[in-house]
Amino acid sequence: MKSLALLAAMALPLAAHAQTDPADWDAVTAAAKGQTVYWNAWGGSTTTNDFIAWIGAKVQDEYGVTLEHVKLTDTADAVTRVLAEKQAGTDTDGAIDMIWINGANFAAMKDAGLLFGPFAEQLPNWQYVDVDGKTVQTDFTVPVEGFESPWAMAQVVFDYNSEVLEPMGSMQAILDWSTANPGRFTYPQPPDFLGTTFLKQVLVDTLVDASVLQQPATDDNYEDVTAPLWAYLDALTPTLWRQGRAYPATGTAMFPLIADREIDLSISFSPGAATAAIANDELPDTVRTFVLDKGTIGNASFVAIPYNSGSFEGAMVVANALLSPEAQARAQDPNILGYGTVLAMDKLDADQKALFDALDLGIATLSPEELGTVQAEPHPSWMTRISDDWTARYGVAQ
Amino acid sequence: MKNRVLPVVPALTLLVMLGPVLAGLYGTVLPAFGHLPAGGLVGPNLDAFRALLDWPGLPRSVMLSLTTGIGTTVIALALVMLLVAGWSGTRAFRALERLLSPLLSVPHAAAAFGLAFLIAPSGWIARLLSPGITGWTNPPDWLIVQDPLGLTLMLGMVVKEMPFLLLMTLAALGQTDAARARAIASALGYGRTTGWLKTVFPRVYAQIRLPVYVVLAYGMSVVDVALILGPNTPPPLSVQIVRWMGEPDFTARLLASSAALLQLALVVGALLFWRLGEIIVATLGLRWITSGHRGASDAPLRIAALSAASIAALSILLGLVVLAVWSFSGFWSFPNALPDAFSLKTWMRQSTGVLDALGETALIAGSVTLLALILTIGCLEAEYRQRRNLTQRGLLLLYLPLLIPQTAFLPGLQSLLLNVGADIGRAPVMLAHLVFVLPYVFLSLADPFRAWDSRNASVAAALGASPDGILWRVRLPMLLRPVLTAVAVGLSVSVGQYLPTLLIGGGRVATLTTEAVALTSGGDRRAIAVWGLMQTGAALVPFALALIIPALVWRNRKGLSHG
Repeated sequence: MKSLALLAAMALPLAAHAQTDPADWDAVTAAAKGQTVYWNAWGGSTTTNDFIAWIGAKVQDEYGVTLEHVKLTDTADAVTRVLAEKQAGTDTDGAIDMIWINGANFAAMKDAGLLFGPFAEQLPNWQYVDVDGKTVQTDFTVPVEGFESPWAMAQVVFDYNSEVLEPMGSMQAILDWSTANPGRFTYPQPPDFLGTTFLKQVLVDTLVDASVLQQPATDDNYEDVTAPLWAYLDALTPTLWRQGRAYPATGTAMFPLIADREIDLSISFSPGAATAAIANDELPDTVRTFVLDKGTIGNASFVAIPYNSGSFEGAMVVANALLSPEAQARAQDPNILGYGTVLAMDKLDADQKALFDALDLGIATLSPEELGTVQAEPHPSWMTRISDDWTARYGVAQ
Repeated sequence: MKNRVLPVVPALTLLVMLGPVLAGLYGTVLPAFGHLPAGGLVGPNLDAFRALLDWPGLPRSVMLSLTTGIGTTVIALALVMLLVAGWSGTRAFRALERLLSPLLSVPHAAAAFGLAFLIAPSGWIARLLSPGITGWTNPPDWLIVQDPLGLTLMLGMVVKEMPFLLLMTLAALGQTDAARARAIASALGYGRTTGWLKTVFPRVYAQIRLPVYVVLAYGMSVVDVALILGPNTPPPLSVQIVRWMGEPDFTARLLASSAALLQLALVVGALLFWRLGEIIVATLGLRWITSGHRGASDAPLRIAALSAASIAALSILLGLVVLAVWSFSGFWSFPNALPDAFSLKTWMRQSTGVLDALGETALIAGSVTLLALILTIGCLEAEYRQRRNLTQRGLLLLYLPLLIPQTAFLPGLQSLLLNVGADIGRAPVMLAHLVFVLPYVFLSLADPFRAWDSRNASVAAALGASPDGILWRVRLPMLLRPVLTAVAVGLSVSVGQYLPTLLIGGGRVATLTTEAVALTSGGDRRAIAVWGLMQTGAALVPFALALIIPALVWRNRKGLSHG
């Protein structure tokens, strides 16, 4: 009986996926050689695309892995793809080997058993990851359990034109300013990721006690909890750019609006993006960033591997390369990407740490101290419901 | 020796052209009625339609689809007819005619980008006029691009569909004896435009009816232009279908399928409505014609038509110019008329990706066009040898893939391909492109092919040439120019395909068009400009070659170039 259970336990991972053991790194790199990894990642930003190309060159040189960036306009496209493959019985060698993912998309895929893993904590570079200080083991309150590997930290900052306005400390202050200066502020249209983040930021900042958001939304408490958000938006919407009758499609579409002097204030999920955009001639050099007094929402970006990837070893090699101090320092360089690192500085040796110390964060980037408190992401159920409600209230009936 | 392949070519052509359409529709119907066994959903039921009716954006979405399609068709058709009526045969008309091929081949997405960069409140026109004339230091808070009524979307579509209708009209004019009709009408004292409308228009319209239907169906279901210029609160139905297809949830896929059927019903309904309109216009028109009004003072109509056509042509050309400026631009703030600095940075940054996508685009477009050309020539030659001409019904079949909205059958086709495991890679994408490339190549080549003077064949046969020998050594060489034009048409149609590449390629097939449209959401004008220009180049260069190559080949045998 005992041996039977043991056999079953051994057979399970085999049945679930192919032969290579994620913990046996030599076997992983050996199998990865010559594989092509199709990384489905949002492709709307030139700087991100360049960084992904750089990682591609690195894994090609070091491990013989070919990385192809499949540029998405929406991560959900990739999730659909894997779902569709499962529905069609394509259980091996699916179209996607790796997805840039977090939040609701991760929760949906993990729930549906569409992910390969656990693999993240077996990666050699996991040893450097800041598991205590950064939210890398939960993703929007959902336990990660090794089914996705972190590669960048994000935190909400507001980008503003310092020629015409001062930093503001609360969402209420932003509403007051927008009322006095109509047409100079907007946010990306939900369900865009940054757009829903803006809604959550409003909610977190206007609630007296935001801890309720850490539990799933219920039919009982949803209306009460979100009432301040809708009151806020009812007041804000008529003062927005284009009176809220049109919205930018994504977060990056907001920088050109500032450069065109269409708006003076925008929201961003990347504290270093403004500096990078100034260096890239995409923003005027008068743009600066601020955070709210009570802090702003932060989270990690991850990469996950679909259960039916034919090149999961190659994808693990890429995930590991993304965690290397060299890649992390490059990603944090505001001239390149300006993303926050997921590594703990005290786990690095002197040479590795020097890579980070050498970085000049740039004129528009706040220091880690100035970034202040990081507010936790609400449970994904809030985001889904708020996003649907937003669409019904503001997205289709203007 | 008898050619054994040739007789089956027409059937084969129909199969590759209509097979995917019918299969795709079949693949759409099942999930629309809740039947998606692999997703654990078993129908049939009407849940998806109920959910569709519950979607609060539906009325506006449907309205947008209808207004865009009908508005585009009415405006574009009216302008083209007035232009031809008032100006055909003049020097101004010939100048516009020369611009026709380039204008036609500019991909929809690139033209839409150019237009958006021109007319946005912070666009080039506003920059040129500010602050000097307008006094603006900040752009005005006007909702021009992505307006909720879809007027800018309609404008973009009109500008892009006018060249197509004009080309079709010019082809039809040759068969209508227009010059004599106009001479008689003006001798009887009719105004230029009025006389043309009364005597030539009825005959021309009968010839261009199907292309007009294509414009109507396409205007109702366009996705890429709508993503760039159209509203988002809510978007037109076709865009919403693509969005639902992209959601991680199975039920959204059912919703997309039911919406796809609705889209199909809308297009069919609009076509019937249009047909009804034709009958009404014909009845009223007949009364107008027999009333004998001479319309001698219709000159303002002429001016208006020429102005509108010139503005349309200019807006595409200027749009390309502003794309070029942006692609070399350093920092460029409002209201400066030009960037602070010019650099090659964007081109360098994008070069690798652009060249990869160009290779992919060229490979797909080249293979698809070659295949389409072989099938087309096969069909036409079979028709010639069997002395059978294409019937009106046959012509309708040819137009069918262009009349059925892409959003109605491509989602279903994607599911079906997935089921047979053939969804990955570029071969299925090529098959999907072929559905759209074949009709255009056929339409482009058919008339010159049939108009070829068959006495040349008699002479060649008398000299001992076989039927195949006549085709390869006499007919096709003489038809070099129209063959190359058909190739250029095929290439540009393939280059411009967005939805088939996106949905059937599953994101793995990155062409210039899919990459350019993907950049829309990021709003990086420099990157968009580079990709838009490359996309335009990929579509334009073949047209230039189609002009240059015959001139080189025939430099010492001019007589042939009139074959």
